[in-house]
Amino acid sequence: MNFIYPNEATIQWDLLIVIYPFITGLVAGAFIVSSLYHVFGLKQFKPVARFSLVTALAFLLVAPIPLTIHLGRPERALEMFLRPNFTSAMSGFGYIWFIYLLLMLGEIWLVFREDIVHYAQTAQGLKKKVYSLLSLGVYEVSEKTRATDHRLIKILAFIGVPVACGLHGYVGFIFGAIKANPWWSTPLMPIIFLVSAIVSGVALLIVLYVVVSKIRGVEVDRDCVHAMALWLGGFLSLAVVIEGLEVFSRLYESETSWEIIRQLITQQIQTSYWVIQFGFGMLLPLVVLAASVLLKLEKKLRLSLQFLAGIAILVGVFAMRWNVVIGGQLVSKSERGFSSFSPPFFGQDGILTAIIILALPFIFFALITYFIPPWDKRKPLAEQRVLDYQKISLG
Amino acid sequence: MELTRRNFIKLGMGGLVGGLVLSSVPNAIKLFAQTGTGKLSQYGDVTINPAHYWRFVVDIRKCIGCGSCLRACKAENNVPLQPEYNRTWVERYVVDQAENVYVDSPNAGYDGFKSEYMNLKYRDLDIRTTFFVPKLCNHCDKPPCVAVCPVGATYQNSEGVILVNRNACIGCRYCVQACPYGARYFHPTLKIVDKCTWCYHRISNGLVPACVETCPTGARMFGDIRDPNSSVSRAIQGEATGILKPELGNQNKVYYLGMDKGVK
Repeated sequence: MNFIYPNEATIQWDLLIVIYPFITGLVAGAFIVSSLYHVFGLKQFKPVARFSLVTALAFLLVAPIPLTIHLGRPERALEMFLRPNFTSAMSGFGYIWFIYLLLMLGEIWLVFREDIVHYAQTAQGLKKKVYSLLSLGVYEVSEKTRATDHRLIKILAFIGVPVACGLHGYVGFIFGAIKANPWWSTPLMPIIFLVSAIVSGVALLIVLYVVVSKIRGVEVDRDCVHAMALWLGGFLSLAVVIEGLEVFSRLYESETSWEIIRQLITQQIQTSYWVIQFGFGMLLPLVVLAASVLLKLEKKLRLSLQFLAGIAILVGVFAMRWNVVIGGQLVSKSERGFSSFSPPFFGQDGILTAIIILALPFIFFALITYFIPPWDKRKPLAEQRVLDYQKISLG
Repeated sequence: MELTRRNFIKLGMGGLVGGLVLSSVPNAIKLFAQTGTGKLSQYGDVTINPAHYWRFVVDIRKCIGCGSCLRACKAENNVPLQPEYNRTWVERYVVDQAENVYVDSPNAGYDGFKSEYMNLKYRDLDIRTTFFVPKLCNHCDKPPCVAVCPVGATYQNSEGVILVNRNACIGCRYCVQACPYGARYFHPTLKIVDKCTWCYHRISNGLVPACVETCPTGARMFGDIRDPNSSVSRAIQGEATGILKPELGNQNKVYYLGMDKGVK
C-alpha cells in the first residue's frame, strides 16, 4: 500500500536544490584548505593556497544562481534581503553569502595585490586599465605594506573559517530543523553537512589542481597533493562515522518514523545511498587513500590513486546531497508511502540546467585565473620603481 | 586624504560596518514596536487579545466521504481542479482485524468514494472498521510554516488564522517542507504557495467556511471557542478531542472527534 497526501504528488525542491548545497559545500571546503595555509601555517599547502581561494570564489559566485532560478517568483528574490524574517534559517542566506563574498574578495585582493600592482605597471592598453581598476588606486608595495598585508590576510582567513563553517552549517540547519520531515530532522545535520563540505572541497582541489597542472603542462607538486590526501582521509573518516552514526542510532532507537526511513533506504534510494554515497563515495576512497599513504608506491601511481579517490568522493558527496534533498521529500509525511521523482532533461529544473550551472564555476575560475593567475612566479618589485610610479601618477 | 592602502581599507571597513548597522535600523524599529504592543513570538504577530478564538472541529463519525467540501472549497477559493492542489481533502481509512491500516484518497476525495472500484477495492479484507478523515490546514498556534518563511509572507494574524500574503511570497516552498500535514501546495500559475484560510473572507463577515456551510452531515464545524453557544463549543462539550501529530507540539486548532489511533 502506498499512500501520500494529495498535495505531495509533486516534489517541490528539485535538482536545483540538490546542486545548491553541493556548490556551497565545495566553497566551504576549498576555503578551509586555503586557511590551512594562511591561518594554520601548513606549509605543504602553499602551492594551492591561492589556487584554493580562487576556486572558492568561483563557486561562491554561482551559489545563489540555482536558488534564484528555483524560486516561483525570482523577481522577488531580493525580498529575502530587504524584509528578512529572522526566525527562518533561509533568511540568513543573503547575509551570510554577502559577508562571505566581501571577506573572500578582501582576502583575494590582499593576496594578489602585489601581482595586480605588478601587472598594472607592466601591462599595456586595456589590460593596464583593468589592472589599474583592480588595484583600486593602491600601488604602494614595500616590506612594511607586505607585513601589513600578511597580517590582514591572516585576520580575514581567520574570520573566514567560522564564516565558512557558518555558511555550510546553516545549509545543514535548513534541513535539520524541519521537524515535519523525519529524514531531515536531526541536530547532527549541520555537522554532517559541514564535514561532507570539507571532504568535497578538498577532493575538488586535488582533482582541479591535477587537471589544471596537466592543462598548463607543469609539474604537479606531489607533496602538496599528498598532504591534501592525508587531510582528506582524516575528514572522510569523520564523515563516515557521523553519517553512519546518524542512520545507526535511528535503527537502534526505532522510533515511529524508523519504519518509513527503513523503507526509504532499502527500497527507494538504496543504490544512491548504500552503493554510491557510502560504498563508492566513502569506503572505496578511504581504502584507496589508505593504500596511497601506507603502501610503498611509485609516486606517479600514488598521485593517480589520490586523484581517483578525489573523483569518487565528489560523486559520493553529490549522491549524499541527492539522498538528503530528494530522499527526504520522497517520504510522505503521512508515513504511509513515497512520492517519486526523476528530473527532466530539458527545462528550468532539468538535468541540462544543472549541468550548465555546475559548469559555470569552472568558467569563472578560468576567467579569474586569466587576470590573476594564482600560480605565476612574479619577480618581486623594486621598491624604487613603485615610488617613481607614484610620483608620476600623482602628477 | 591620500588614498593609501591603509586608508582604503579603513574606509572600506567603515563603510561595511556602517552599512550593516544602517540596514538593520528598520528591523530594529519593527522589533521595538512589536515588543511594545503585543507578545513577540517566534511565530509572528500574536497579539494578546484576539477578536476571536477560532476553532475548527471535525467529527470523523459523521463524515460520509461525499466530497462536497472539496467541491465547495475549490469553487469558493479558485483552487486548481487537478488532484494535487488542495486546501482540503478527504482520506478513507480501512482497518482490518489484523490492525493493518489502509488509506486512500482518490482525486483527493473530490468525487467521493462511491465508485464501483472504490467499493470493491478491499472486498477480500476482514475489515474491522472504516471511516473518513477530512483534512485541512490546522492553523497551528505554533505554526512551523510561519517560522521558516524567509520573507514573512506567511503569517499568523491576530485571530490566529495562518494566511499567505500573495504579494510577498517568493515561492521558495520552505513552508511546504515545514508543514507536517501536507496542507500547503504550490500554485501552478500564480507560482506562490496557497493554503486553507478558513475562508477568511467569509468568517470575517459572519459566515462559516465554505466546506462547513456545504457539509451535509455537520461533520465540519467552525466557530469561536469562547462562545459557549457556538457549534464548536457544543460539539466538544463532554467529548474527547484529538489533534493530528500532537507530538510535534504545534498546538493545532483543528480538533477531531472520534479519531482512531492510526490517523496521522
